[in-house]
Amino acid sequence: MNSSLIIVFSTASLLSDAVYYILCALLAVAVLLGIHLMSRVETAKRGNQLSAMAIAVGIIVTLIKKDILPVWLIYPGMLVGLTIGLILAKRVKMIQMPQLVALLNGIGGAASAIVASFALVSLYNGDEIFGKAASSLAIAVGTITLFGSLIAAGKLHKLLDQKPVVLPFHQPAALILLFILAIAVLLGGFSHILPISYVLIAMIVAAAAFGIVFSVRVGGADMPITISLLNSMSGVAAAITGFAVNDVLLVAVGGIVGASGLFLTRIMCRAMNRNLVDILLGKTSLRRGLTIEKTEEEKTDPVEPGTSNTDPLEMVRKAKNVIIVPGYGMALAHAQHLVNNFAQWLKTNGAMVKYAIHPVAGRMPGHMDVLLIEAGVPFDDVFEMEDINDEFKLADLTVVVGANDVLNPAARNATGTPIYGMPILNVDQCKYILIFNYDLKPGYSGVENPIYNRKEGVWIIQGDAAVTIAETLRNL
Amino acid sequence: MTAWILIGIFIVSTIVGYFLITHVPSRLHTPLMSGMNALSGVTILGALLATATALSSRDPIVGYILGSIAIILAMINVAGGFTVTNRMLKMFDKKKENQDEQ
Repeated sequence: MNSSLIIVFSTASLLSDAVYYILCALLAVAVLLGIHLMSRVETAKRGNQLSAMAIAVGIIVTLIKKDILPVWLIYPGMLVGLTIGLILAKRVKMIQMPQLVALLNGIGGAASAIVASFALVSLYNGDEIFGKAASSLAIAVGTITLFGSLIAAGKLHKLLDQKPVVLPFHQPAALILLFILAIAVLLGGFSHILPISYVLIAMIVAAAAFGIVFSVRVGGADMPITISLLNSMSGVAAAITGFAVNDVLLVAVGGIVGASGLFLTRIMCRAMNRNLVDILLGKTSLRRGLTIEKTEEEKTDPVEPGTSNTDPLEMVRKAKNVIIVPGYGMALAHAQHLVNNFAQWLKTNGAMVKYAIHPVAGRMPGHMDVLLIEAGVPFDDVFEMEDINDEFKLADLTVVVGANDVLNPAARNATGTPIYGMPILNVDQCKYILIFNYDLKPGYSGVENPIYNRKEGVWIIQGDAAVTIAETLRNL
Repeated sequence: MTAWILIGIFIVSTIVGYFLITHVPSRLHTPLMSGMNALSGVTILGALLATATALSSRDPIVGYILGSIAIILAMINVAGGFTVTNRMLKMFDKKKENQDEQ
């Protein structure tokens, strides 16, 4: 490949093959070390910086080794990308992280698909089956990632309807598209029957359509799984592109990203009691005919709220051991700062306050943690489900803010409902529960929450959490 | 580099990566994911190579435009991903310091 470049002097000779591969290995190890440092909050920042440095060095090494350092026309693109990336990163709000990550997944997939298209069209002419097959596969995976992510990001950013869209013959259509895509990939990889440009177009169209069909039927609560999966796919696309262009570093780092996304996908699936294969086949937790929660704004409710005779404020004043359960509703109401103020009030009143986070609270893994930290909640107060679930029965009071399905006891015994078997927060074991929810409608799963009908020790304050909590604080 | 060696590297990095990632606490999963976004921008290596190759081909214009798009996209990933991850992790850091002071 290098021989075709017209270059005055060669930088490639500066790096022998052996040195180059050793450098690549070191950089891959640096990336792995960076991830290892992410396993502790104290070292995580350094880990991220180490990974960033490894990629920067990787770019320079590649420029030198492949003899493209003096090709000045590549630099404007780098500069433009750098500028856009920095602006995006500075401007994004923490509540918008899921759509940013979704968008970046898609962008990564797109870049890989373009590179792989190059490889397929111009790099291989003959029987290099491995390279051609890898290129074709990378185009397919990258394009699916791009279009799937664009739909997901559009839904998260409310540019598109957030409700799952189920097309007529949705599942057969998805399978047929996948089949066409597989044929196109095989043709691209192994045969010369058709001109490569036709095959390429067929591949891209089928993959784009499949990505869209796959993503449109995903609704709010399935988003964490979908984003994790697309994250994994953007890495896999990069790795396969590495096979296509014969680049070691690309293969190694792409593989790591793929593994990470897959791991997060597994955690999310377990936390929602969903099967990955079901998700891939497009069986979302939406079942047709089931009433699904409308958008968070438009609702009124006729149900009688379960209230106790005693004044909830009295209970709040007396409580010495309080657990707060924040859900996505809190984030939607922008109430996290108020929740923090509420917790501060409790603390100055002599209470111990802990936050309990369900793994799928928010719209992506770890989202709720970031939102709470941003609001100024000390992260030593924030506990994951498995660490705090035994403490609900000992707590004086549990305060729920904008959460429903993740604490719905129906998950333990209501067989046949979408949430059956899903691990939940044991809020119902607490003697006194104060709920700040928008209304009493079932959550995303459509399953009614028996806690709402409990006669004793449950107070429900309906309305926008930002308003109701502020009011409660005033009354206190 | 033969295909088999590449496949070997892919398998090893995937397994080691998976093992390391299981140790990342769930409160850091969002920064982890945005960090992975940045890493998937590593495809910029391929984009640079493809663009340079296209420039020396017979029809450089189309290749250059497409290649530059790939470079821009991958660079957005790298720059945006690492910066936003750093921004989030700084938030965690700051909170830690404040607690220490208290």
